[in-house]
Amino acid sequence: MNGRTLALAVAFVALGTLPYWMPGIYYINVSSQVLFYAIFALGLNILVGYGGLVSLGHAGLFGITAYAAAYLLSMGLGHTTAIIGALIVSLGCTAVFAALALRATGIGFIMITLALGQIIWGLAYRWISLTGGDNGINVKTRPAPFGYDLGGANTFYYSTLVVFLVAVVVVAIFVRSPFGAALKGTRDQPRRMNALGYHVWAIRFWACLLSGLLTAVAGILFVYYTQFISPQTTSLTASAEVLLMVIAGGPATLLGPIVGAALVVVVKNVVSGYIERWNFLLGAIFVAIVILMPEGLVPGTVRLWRQGWRALGRRRSIVIAGSAEPKP
Amino acid sequence: MTALSINKLCKAFGGLRVTTEVNLNVEPGERRLIIGPNGAGKTTLFNLITGELTPDSGSVHLLGQDITSVPSRRRPHLGMARTYQIITLFARDTIVRNVTLALLGLSKERWNPLSVIDRNTELIDRAHDALQRVGLRHIADRPLSQTSYGERRRVEIAMALAQNPKVLLLDEPYAGLSIDERRDVQETVRAIPRDVTIVMIEHNMDVALDFAERITLLHFGKVIVEGTRAEVVADPQTREVYLGH
Repeated sequence: MNGRTLALAVAFVALGTLPYWMPGIYYINVSSQVLFYAIFALGLNILVGYGGLVSLGHAGLFGITAYAAAYLLSMGLGHTTAIIGALIVSLGCTAVFAALALRATGIGFIMITLALGQIIWGLAYRWISLTGGDNGINVKTRPAPFGYDLGGANTFYYSTLVVFLVAVVVVAIFVRSPFGAALKGTRDQPRRMNALGYHVWAIRFWACLLSGLLTAVAGILFVYYTQFISPQTTSLTASAEVLLMVIAGGPATLLGPIVGAALVVVVKNVVSGYIERWNFLLGAIFVAIVILMPEGLVPGTVRLWRQGWRALGRRRSIVIAGSAEPKP
Repeated sequence: MTALSINKLCKAFGGLRVTTEVNLNVEPGERRLIIGPNGAGKTTLFNLITGELTPDSGSVHLLGQDITSVPSRRRPHLGMARTYQIITLFARDTIVRNVTLALLGLSKERWNPLSVIDRNTELIDRAHDALQRVGLRHIADRPLSQTSYGERRRVEIAMALAQNPKVLLLDEPYAGLSIDERRDVQETVRAIPRDVTIVMIEHNMDVALDFAERITLLHFGKVIVEGTRAEVVADPQTREVYLGH
């Protein structure tokens, strides 16, 4: 068993037994938040990390899904219908957003996604008959698939964990697949990809849809978790936050967005209980990451770890070489 | 049937006419060299042939089919491959992954999001075969960032050959190479079988002369001289505009 498998097994056991060793329900709920924000960040990372397309409108998509689910539930529809309906609405909006935003790349793409995100935020505030404006929409119950009631912290955590693991496996396969390789190709050499016979625009479009699907799944988990949705969820701050999760953790890595999500959620929820100016702390952490490991926490830690081992190995070989020298 | 036929092709950037009524007919299996001084419009002509630029007028036929309005991304599927003067490779990947991307480009498999490339042994084997043809199989798994400039040139050619093109466009394949590297690339080009038609741009006439059967001399976007190697070399206009003495 190598180190990687061992680490995976430890992480798996730790996540699987989390409700038994976490000190309280509050922390189990924070863990659920980490998991669905990690799904959100994994979705954004498809575009930011592997596609080279930075989106500042993903909270808009996240919010659309949450609003759609909450609205359908408030109409008295069942959970299954609401979830499927929300996914359809969300993918439809993602397709429209992608068609508009993919007219550009680089800064242009960022600005169009930013504008689209702000439109969603504005609609959430002002289209009061649909969204309830500032009051938002309440979700009265969580679903209970096959009699497994998700009302409790533990059961919700476990169902989120299952969805999270499925999302991780899907993304892990995707980035190793031909389509994933093609997406990375369009990030690095779009012109060459075109000359090799790839449809660059279509590759980016489908990548947007996959990213939107993961965002939508996270949005549904979010709305069931908080049982409430308000315009704040779709704000630019929320888009920037998830983008920071990706950038802080390490874009174009599988683990990076997960670590980034854990960092942001923990600082926001747990550390804020001890430090009033937690925003300042979060900012300081990001500045430190940008200065010390600009490639992100996960790749940065791997790099420092390797450098550390190499330095240690060098010192050892010097010591050994020194002791082997014949004494005069 | 000609392999590649260009008819009265024109292109202007604003008031600058970079390609003026260019006609070019390349027979199947032919080795054609396009020469010309800097700014003669050689690479522009390639970009017009591959569709990366849209011509203002004129037509391009590939193997008898009019491809003037075919988007550039479809042209590799019809049997056209090119290399770039400025090396355009995937620097973060290994050599074999670069070639794999070229192979996938022509396969429906390129849309598959749910299979793992490294488990597709048939695909990886074909990539290794293509690398064998340019003599790079022994370093297939090396990251591209750890290869020499000459090796990268050969990776470019391997990617083009992997697509089994009917017409291969080589844009200054010897540019920036050392004498040893140039010899390696020359051997690679010479070993390409005759069922592939090759059109090569070369700025430096000496290195490519022995390769060419027919030569086209471009100057200010116009074809000045065209003919066999001996004819073009002997032509006084060649000496005047190109050799400069």
